[in-house]
Order: sequence, then structure tokens, then C-alpha cells
Amino acid sequence: MPKLIKGVGCPYCGSSCDDIEVLVSDDETRILEVHNACIIGTNLFHHANDPTRPRLPRQRQPDGSVKEIPYEEAIDYFAKTLLAAKKPLIYGFGSTNCEGMSAVGRIAEKAGAVLDNCATICHGPSFLAMFDNGYPSCTLGEAKNRADVVVFWGCNPMHAHPRHTSRYSIFPRGYFTQKGQMQRTVLCVDPRETDTAKLADHHLMLDQSHDYELFDAFRTVLRGFDIPEVVAGIPREKIKEAAEIMKKAKFCMIFFGMGCTHTDGRNHNIDAAISLTRDLNEHTKCSIMAMRGHYNIAGPGQVWSWQFGFPYCIDLTKGSHAHMNPGETSSIDLAMRDEVDCFVNVGTDAGAHFPIQAVQHLKKHPWITVDPNFCMASEIADLHIPVRIAGVDEPGVVYRMDNVPIQFRAVIKGLPGVPSDEELFDMVYERMCELTNTAPIWLAAKEDRKYPQNPAVI
Amino acid sequence: MPKISLNMITQRSIEEGAAMEKGKTNPDYFDACSICEMHPDDMKKAGIWKNTNVLVTSECGSVIVKAITATQYVPPGLAHIRQGVWANQVVPPRTQSTGTPQYSGFPVTIEPAPDEKLKTALQLVQGSVGLWKGGQ
Ligand code: SF4
Repeated sequence: MPKLIKGVGCPYCGSSCDDIEVLVSDDETRILEVHNACIIGTNLFHHANDPTRPRLPRQRQPDGSVKEIPYEEAIDYFAKTLLAAKKPLIYGFGSTNCEGMSAVGRIAEKAGAVLDNCATICHGPSFLAMFDNGYPSCTLGEAKNRADVVVFWGCNPMHAHPRHTSRYSIFPRGYFTQKGQMQRTVLCVDPRETDTAKLADHHLMLDQSHDYELFDAFRTVLRGFDIPEVVAGIPREKIKEAAEIMKKAKFCMIFFGMGCTHTDGRNHNIDAAISLTRDLNEHTKCSIMAMRGHYNIAGPGQVWSWQFGFPYCIDLTKGSHAHMNPGETSSIDLAMRDEVDCFVNVGTDAGAHFPIQAVQHLKKHPWITVDPNFCMASEIADLHIPVRIAGVDEPGVVYRMDNVPIQFRAVIKGLPGVPSDEELFDMVYERMCELTNTAPIWLAAKEDRKYPQNPAVI
Repeated sequence: MPKISLNMITQRSIEEGAAMEKGKTNPDYFDACSICEMHPDDMKKAGIWKNTNVLVTSECGSVIVKAITATQYVPPGLAHIRQGVWANQVVPPRTQSTGTPQYSGFPVTIEPAPDEKLKTALQLVQGSVGLWKGGQ
């Protein structure tokens, strides 16, 4: 009898939906149906059935072809390559669980590596602005239960976080928002008429990359001063009207995305957005939230902040203390300046999502990819090590976009012999200790591990 | 050949997300990401026919993509390639010292290239690091 598993988490976008239902075959090896998830989540679960999923590490040979090798050999190569490198870069972690992120910290320390996550090319600028200006935020439940004005600034949830509007921001009927969408005024700020803009009551179609001026104009209006006739392509009256809507809100919620972090000004746009949020709190209650991308990209920010005190761009090369300075210690900047001599790609696809010039720089040195599937990063790697898929055949803790931790479960059995990220990193760490004749330092986490080392592996 | 200068952004789309989760070597991913959306007026100016290939060139590279009418309206002057392998052939890696490349808002020129072929994701990425073993 196929089994219906409820309360499953979707390991794709920052909405981290945890109301998915998955029907699995009676031997728990195949996913038959996926309920409640959007098309992206559905495809993700079904893709786990793919019979061609890699089961063994693949190493590139001198002639350019790749050959399958046992895990033991892959772990040995991984450990030796990290130890030989002067300044390895370990990057990724958008799509894995917190257990894996924690385990990699030991390796990074041992290797004197730079540890970075996808925030660096995504909401990293938001972190920079938070360091400067704070983060007056809330959880998504508050938005659902209270927000009567919702602003989507430079984000397009209908495409990037498909169930965000139906679970948290527009449609749900909350405690103080029992009329759902009818009770909410939705504003969208975007240079394109996106599908989110089509849902909005007001669309401010600003000139691309002029968000900073528009934030400034809003703040100026809120403080009772005059603004030019047109700012960032938006007429004065329209800005005043929107500012009035936000000011009159009972609870105003601002969501922002790549339209602010990827454009000119980067962190300064977010800085202005946070200042606007603070200003609005003179008049009403207002909260701001970054539309974090991957389901657990808030995870490394949390885990590494506990471990090292910094959320990303963590330089551990000094051995005794960590250092962080994006622009200097970020993956792209290090790559472009040829400052790293080994690249480890974990739970991401730098091959596809880095600007191609950064990929070319990184590829001058050994490249190791840890990923459950074939991707661009695995197809240009010197070594590709398959692991289990967090949220599908490996459970674990993930952090939603509002930093709420959710326990994700495994719905099917993992491929025999394929370890989780955490198990793999622990084995690499042990091998590094063997090679350097040092005793492993296990933090309490190791003793409390829920998923002891899989004896089938090695 | 007429050429047009536009402001390029690279963003998400649900087709891209859905295709990516089927796998980056899947034909869906190719169809979803090897396209450039722009305003019909801009297409006309540069003599570009709908659904024909164009050459997009930025300060740091170029790529062949298929020009289509925007699935989500873009105003004249703005062009959009969905994030992914094709977009990242032309995304400038400059970060303004923040670590984040210029993924949106960089100048490009676009010109018709109806006889040029689109390259697959593997061909582009492996080709750029000297690993591509297939044909053109
Ligand atoms: S909205 Fe995001 S988390 Fe929810 S089902 Fe879709 S992809 Fe998964």
C-alpha cells in the first residue's frame, strides 16, 4: 500500500512550505504523488525518482573523461586537496540542512579555508545593510495575521516564491485579517509589469536601478517635505498616494528582493529601505523582510553566526580567529582576483549561477562538487561526490526566510551507500585529522547526532 | 546590421525554477532560459523578428539567445534574460566591493543573429573552461 506522508517540507524556495503531502510507494523508494506543492516543489520531489541519479563519486581523468571511484578514495582526495591548498574556498549551502552546514565548519577550520554561502551573490547586501542599520522584522505569521498593507519591492513572489502570497502575504485569512485579500492593499515596486505587479492594487513602475531615489522620496514625503515632480520615473502624486497608504496602514509589511540587492547601490538600497521602515514606525507599525531565496539559505547565516560570529564571507585562514569583509573575502571577489587555489561547491551550482568569468578563474585550480544531482558545477568538477537530498531522503533543520527553524523530514529511503552532507563532511574531517596526525575535536553536536554514521558507507 | 543598446536585467521565472528542478541538462531548462525578453518597439528598431536568435553583448562577453515578446511586460529600453547559464555569459562580475555581481542593470547591445545557433548549457559552461568534447 502506498503511504501518504503529511507535514512534509519542500526543499526549494525560502517559503519553506511545510504543508506538503507526499504519496510514496510501499517500499518507500519512490515518490508517486506530491500534493499542495507548487510546480517547482512538485518537480523537485519527482526528480528524486530519477534512476540516473549518481550513486558513486566521479573523478575526472587526465584525458578529460570521468570515472566512478569508491567513496573512500573520494574522501581521501577531498581531504588531501584541502590540506594541500593554501587558501581553499568552500561555497554554497543554499540547499542543504543545518547539520551539514555545521559539520563543514570543522573542515573549513582545519583547512584554513574561506567559508561562504549563496548569500554572497543574493541577499549579502541585505546583511551589510543590517549591520549598518538593524533589521526591524517579524515572522511570516505576523504578516499573515496582521498586515493590511503589503509592499513587494523589487521581488516577484509569483515566480520566485510561488506560494508566498497564498500562505503568508496576500490571500490567507489571518486572525486580524479575516477578510483575506479584500482587507489588504498590495503595492508593487518593479520596473517590469510582473505577475506580482498584476496582482497588486498599485504598481509603481519605476526606472530600473533607481530604487534609492524612490526610497528617499518616500522618506522625504513622510517627513512632510516636498519632492520633485517625478522621481525615478514615478509622478509626485503617485508617490504621495503610496506613502499615505503605507502611513495609514494598521500594519505595513515590506518584502524586498533582488531588484534591490542586485542593482546599483546594492546594500545602500536596503539601507534606505530599512530607514523607511523605521520612519514608518513613527506613524504605524511597519516591518521589513528579505525574500530569502533557497529554503535554507537563512541556515548558514544562523549556524555560522553561532560558530564563528559571522554569517558569510568567513575567512578562516588565520587559524586563530575569523575575519569577515565582503568585497575582500567574498567568493566572487576572491575568484576574480585569483586569490583562492581550490574550490568546493556544496549544495549549489556555481557553474551555472556565477558570472562565467568567475567560473573560469576558479577552474584554474582543483574543483570539488558535493551535490545529489548532475548540474553544471558537477560537470566541470575534478571530483563530484553525490550525497542525499535534504528534505527528500535526508531529514534536518532548515531556516525559513524569517529565520524560523523547521524540522524537515525524509520521505523516501536514501540510495544505498550514499551519505548525507553531514556524514560526508565528518568523514572528510576524520581523514584530515589522520593525515595531519591530530586528534579530531568533536563539539557536542557530534555526540548528539540523531543520524549516526551510516555503516553502509565505507 | 542594426544594433540596439539596452539595459539588461536577469531575474527569476517559474518556468526556469520548474525546469531547473528537472535538471539543468533537461530540454525544459534550455527552452526556459535561452531567451531574451524585450519590448516590441525595441525589436523593431533593431530589425529583430519575434522568436529569432540575437547576439547579446555586454562589457564582459556575449551569448546567442532567442528574442521573444515579453512574458511579463518590459518597458522600452529594458531587456530581460532569465537567470541561469545563458544570462551569466554576459553578467559583469564587478561587485561594487560587496561580493554581489551586477546581475541586474548593466548595458548590453543586441543585434539580430538569425543564422547563429543556440548553444546548450553544457556546451557553454564546459566550453568556457576548455572541457567541451562535443561538436559545435
Ligand atoms: S512555494 Fe517554495 S517552498 Fe512552497 S512548494 Fe513552492 S517551491 Fe516549495
